[in-house]
Amino acid sequence: MEELALHILDLLENALAAGARHILITIEEDEGRDLVTIEVRDDGRGMGAEALQKAVDPFYTTRATRKVGLGLPLLQATAAQCGGDVFLESRPGQGTRVVATMQLSHPDLPPLGDMGATIAAALSREEPVELVYYHRRGQKEFKFSSTWLQLHLGEIPLNCGPVLDWVQRYINKGVAELYGGEGK
Amino acid sequence: MIKSLEELQKIKETQLEAIRLREADQKAKIVVGMGTCGIAAGAREVMSAILDELGKRRLTNVAVTQTGCIGLCAQEPLVDVILPGKPRVTYGKVDANKARQIVAQHIVNGIVISEWVVNRGEE
Repeated sequence: MEELALHILDLLENALAAGARHILITIEEDEGRDLVTIEVRDDGRGMGAEALQKAVDPFYTTRATRKVGLGLPLLQATAAQCGGDVFLESRPGQGTRVVATMQLSHPDLPPLGDMGATIAAALSREEPVELVYYHRRGQKEFKFSSTWLQLHLGEIPLNCGPVLDWVQRYINKGVAELYGGEGK
Repeated sequence: MIKSLEELQKIKETQLEAIRLREADQKAKIVVGMGTCGIAAGAREVMSAILDELGKRRLTNVAVTQTGCIGLCAQEPLVDVILPGKPRVTYGKVDANKARQIVAQHIVNGIVISEWVVNRGEE
């Protein structure tokens, strides 16, 4: 995957496919420790020990449409290439937590990419999901909560074009501010 | 930040107005394949272009949703368009540019762009 945000979208899709109602995405960029930590935590159906062990095996999948499952193996490869690792924690009925670490200054570290489009894509669905995205970079932080947005919108569904278009622009502006930019 | 919220408020007002106007009307629906295969092939950019186009055209009566891998990985990114009362039309190998044209032609004008279609639902 060319962006960290695409790996994150893939993790979000896993969480949604597992029936998650709540998803917490945390990105922390720590220059002092030269570390970027990405965490996606959900309250979906989770996995048992056996499935958990096989989750990073590309020839393991629970779906019937094809025989390979590449999402986690691809993330694992990116993390390993960038001096980091992937940790999985899961229990049946209790959700899943995926943590990926990478060396912040590593030359192969993919760019963060379009987090706005990633979150908007994850929210483009009919079944409601409460999603929180928290991003810290040094002393600065940005937070987006779909629950806040839904409260603000009232009866209007999140998954209509103009709302999700606003979401992607709002998030990208917030993230750009973390990097000292003014945003688009 | 304040400007963004004003903008959100405007979207909300337009949207509420649209809900009032179309009470009985059915919604059109766009479905983007968002499995690992779709994501790797550019599905997020396709989704992003669709949202941008719907936003610019203020098309509020379109539900945007997604699906996982349906086994047509080689044709990803896949986009389904379902107009009220019409069968599902599936477009294959969609990119951002094609996605914008699908919104303009199929959603707005009701014209199917046959050369990009990979599957059609039953009548």
